[in-house]
Amino acid sequence: MFKWLEKNLPKIVLAPSVGLISWFVYGFILWTLYISFTNSKILPKYELWGVGQYVKLWGLRKWHIAVDNLLIFTVLFLAICIVIGVVLAIFLDQKIRAEGVLRTIYLYPMALSFIVTGTAWKWILNPTLGIQKLFIDMGFENFTFDWLVNREMAIYTIVIAGVWQSSGFVMALFLAGLRSIDDEIVKAAKIDGAGLFTVYWKILIPMMRPVFFTSFVILVHISIKSYDLIVALTQGGPGISTTMPALFMTQTAFHKSQVGLSAASAMMMFMAVAAVIIPYLYSELRRENVS
Amino acid sequence: MSVNNTITSYKQLEERSKITNLLLRWFLYFILILFAFYFIFPLYVMIVTSFKTMEEIRQGTLLTWPSQLNFESWAVAWGGRGYGAGDTFLRPYFWNSIKMVVPAVIFSTFIGAMTGYVLTKWRFKGDRWIFLFLLFGCFIPFQAILLPMARTLGVLGISNSILGLVVVHSIYGIPFTTLFFRNYYVSIPDELIKAARIDGAGFFKIFFKILLPISAPIIVVTVIWQFTQIWNDFLFGATFSFGKAAPIQVALNNMVLSSTSVKEYNVDMASSIIAGFPTLIVYVLAGKYFIRGLTSGAVKG
Amino acid sequence: MIALKIQDLSKNFGSTEVLKKINVEIEEGNFLVLLGPSGCGKSTLLNIIAGLETIDEGEVFIDDYNVSKVEPKDRNIAMVFQSYALYPSMNVKENITFGLKQSKTPKDKIEEQLKKISSFLKVNELLNRKPSQLSGGQRQRVAIGRALVREPRIFLFDEPLSNLDAKLRVEMRREIKILHQKLKTTVVYVTHDQTEAMSLGTKIAIMNHGVIQQSDTPKNIYNKPQNVFVADFIGSPPMNLTEGKLTKEGNNFYFVPNEANETNKIPLKNYDFVKPINENNKEVLFGIRPEHIFHKKTNENDFEVKMKSELNEYIGHEQIVTFNYFNQEILGKFSSTIEMGTNKEVNLYFDLTQVSLFDKNTSQRI
Repeated sequence: MFKWLEKNLPKIVLAPSVGLISWFVYGFILWTLYISFTNSKILPKYELWGVGQYVKLWGLRKWHIAVDNLLIFTVLFLAICIVIGVVLAIFLDQKIRAEGVLRTIYLYPMALSFIVTGTAWKWILNPTLGIQKLFIDMGFENFTFDWLVNREMAIYTIVIAGVWQSSGFVMALFLAGLRSIDDEIVKAAKIDGAGLFTVYWKILIPMMRPVFFTSFVILVHISIKSYDLIVALTQGGPGISTTMPALFMTQTAFHKSQVGLSAASAMMMFMAVAAVIIPYLYSELRRENVS
Repeated sequence: MSVNNTITSYKQLEERSKITNLLLRWFLYFILILFAFYFIFPLYVMIVTSFKTMEEIRQGTLLTWPSQLNFESWAVAWGGRGYGAGDTFLRPYFWNSIKMVVPAVIFSTFIGAMTGYVLTKWRFKGDRWIFLFLLFGCFIPFQAILLPMARTLGVLGISNSILGLVVVHSIYGIPFTTLFFRNYYVSIPDELIKAARIDGAGFFKIFFKILLPISAPIIVVTVIWQFTQIWNDFLFGATFSFGKAAPIQVALNNMVLSSTSVKEYNVDMASSIIAGFPTLIVYVLAGKYFIRGLTSGAVKG
Repeated sequence: MIALKIQDLSKNFGSTEVLKKINVEIEEGNFLVLLGPSGCGKSTLLNIIAGLETIDEGEVFIDDYNVSKVEPKDRNIAMVFQSYALYPSMNVKENITFGLKQSKTPKDKIEEQLKKISSFLKVNELLNRKPSQLSGGQRQRVAIGRALVREPRIFLFDEPLSNLDAKLRVEMRREIKILHQKLKTTVVYVTHDQTEAMSLGTKIAIMNHGVIQQSDTPKNIYNKPQNVFVADFIGSPPMNLTEGKLTKEGNNFYFVPNEANETNKIPLKNYDFVKPINENNKEVLFGIRPEHIFHKKTNENDFEVKMKSELNEYIGHEQIVTFNYFNQEILGKFSSTIEMGTNKEVNLYFDLTQVSLFDKNTSQRI
């Protein structure tokens, strides 16, 4: 008995975490999946109802707005974060004085919560006293900046705040990547007569492919999950113009009490994330096996 | 190629590279500083606004310096105005967050350390799959577990309580903490464990006497990561806890939204700074570890 | 013609002096090896020649032109790196031609050069492969090809063989030697491996702590080390250095090991002193290489000694025996066919034409 215990001690120690994750992650996802196939309202019902919730979901205008917003947000958020992150990382890599201070400044938003970020940007972007007034007082009398209350433009304010929060993170990833490159490669390129621009464009940036991939995955992940930022900045408004799937899901579950529909939307989000994450994990694991 | 030609061309080359280098450096610093302004701008606005009176806010712009350091909005944000109903202020919620963060961080870090230890130093068939199984938990959108979690907390009788949030954060922190510790312990030579086993140390002794004492860096990284994540969480807090048991991010959001007739931006900004202060301090003091957590949590999946 | 001249060159990293007043010259077509332990400044010196590091003091001349502030690409040099530094995202062809494209060489000229180089280095088959798909030796070849294709005035090699396994290293060493014989380009080559240095160099500069200890032909480095550092660095096992005194009797000098008496003095009548010595009883180190100790008398200058063998290390074709010589260790290297035994008194012979003497205080050759 004691021998058996000793031999299996590692597995026994592992059991709680595996058990907890099995139940609270995988079990719960399966539960949500099941519920998405039922006609649950306030309380879960357990008789199957088929794909009715999914049909209903894709018939809703609000869901379509949410998905469109997600696409707009993801594309812009991704593109801008990566461009800013790459540029800052490359510039910081040039033996810059006060690099430490600059890096700290670029990255500190990452330490703040989306609620704090949203609250701050909401004040900055508010049309009466915010940035609009700043420009008018500076002499641009016809300057208007009312994106926050403009149905068409409000989604871009979320991009602005999201980029502000996350591009420092991309910068940190790329800087770490650039710093890990063997500097003999840069020396070789210099001797070959490559200018700074060519060194980065033709040699170093192509070497950063794994970092691009990682940034892509992380940023897509952040954007699919984005909830707090919208709550703090626009609450999905004006109207429902800045609704996103994460917001749709909680509103449907907890305000509209349509648990089944909400579960269906959660599963859509889950599948979107899985579509990005599973190939990523697979490739990471393969890379580890090779090395 | 005559000798004279070569000498002048070398000189020219020297000159030209000097000038382009200088221009390039100026451009570089210009862009870097420009972005520094972009990133620092909201913080600056938050701070100056929090010290202004509403009158000043209406008259000046975002950038104007407060006429005097006015701590009133800070006092209101932290301790309220002192009248009864509807007076929301951050103090109780700040402590709620502390009570939630501390046990959740300790618990998830400890479990992660043990799990990472087993997965790297007591390898068995299929351990990679177990790791992958746990790792996937880092990436799930929490919306997919929100509904059953709410039910479960209800059944356990800990919904709308700090204890409930401690449980939730502890569990969903495990994948991350496991990832950190696993990646750290992988780099520690197995010989160390073999030597200890030959010396007669058992499973727990090896962990507590040999691995844990050399784990300080990764413990710091993990604690900072978990602290930041849990402190900044809004989704779980807003879903599972409201009213008196809410954590600070939820309280901040409620305060900002529920402002009565007039928007008090100065109080909002003071509240935001209070809610962001602990993580900001951690970042400034231990930025190196914070960044390491960010990048290793991301790069090494 | 002097292809490369380095004049009073100094370099500091912060407060540490990496190079101190370096002076080196190399004739066109020669093969200069910078040899020294890690951290001696040899790689820094090479990087300075390449223009990859700035100079604090002194000048670098290539073909009499002061290139101290000229960009690497305009110095007419090429370099092969320890890690090969092939561009991972480009295939072999792109790697080799990258430099030519940067200098806007006409397309047909590039093709011609590529053809020439790739058949010369036998990498024709590999042109479309990525560096990650090549073996160590192939990578090495491509790296050399990338340097060759530019037809530089000076080749710089930074420990190019240290990432290869032992067998491949010997092979590539020969190839580099053949390459140099064929092309007769000036080469500066950095290594910490003395065998590489000896076999490749027409001139070796031994460095330590940022100072050139001796710069000479391989033969002179081996036979007449300028100081104790060089004596100890070259040779395996290194030169035996026995402490003792230099005594003068009339016009003749003798070496007396510490703890030995007059009857054991070693006559130094054939020793070629650097400059005349007047001192008597000077404290010196007597240096003799393990391979210059014989088990029987072979010529008349050999000096007979009696020593006790203490340790015998058999290594196949030869054996290294440790002897006790008046309580100082002396190592001898013999063919493994000779029976030496351990803890045995043996008669041995020092070849006195091959000895070195160093001042014990200054460590310099006398």
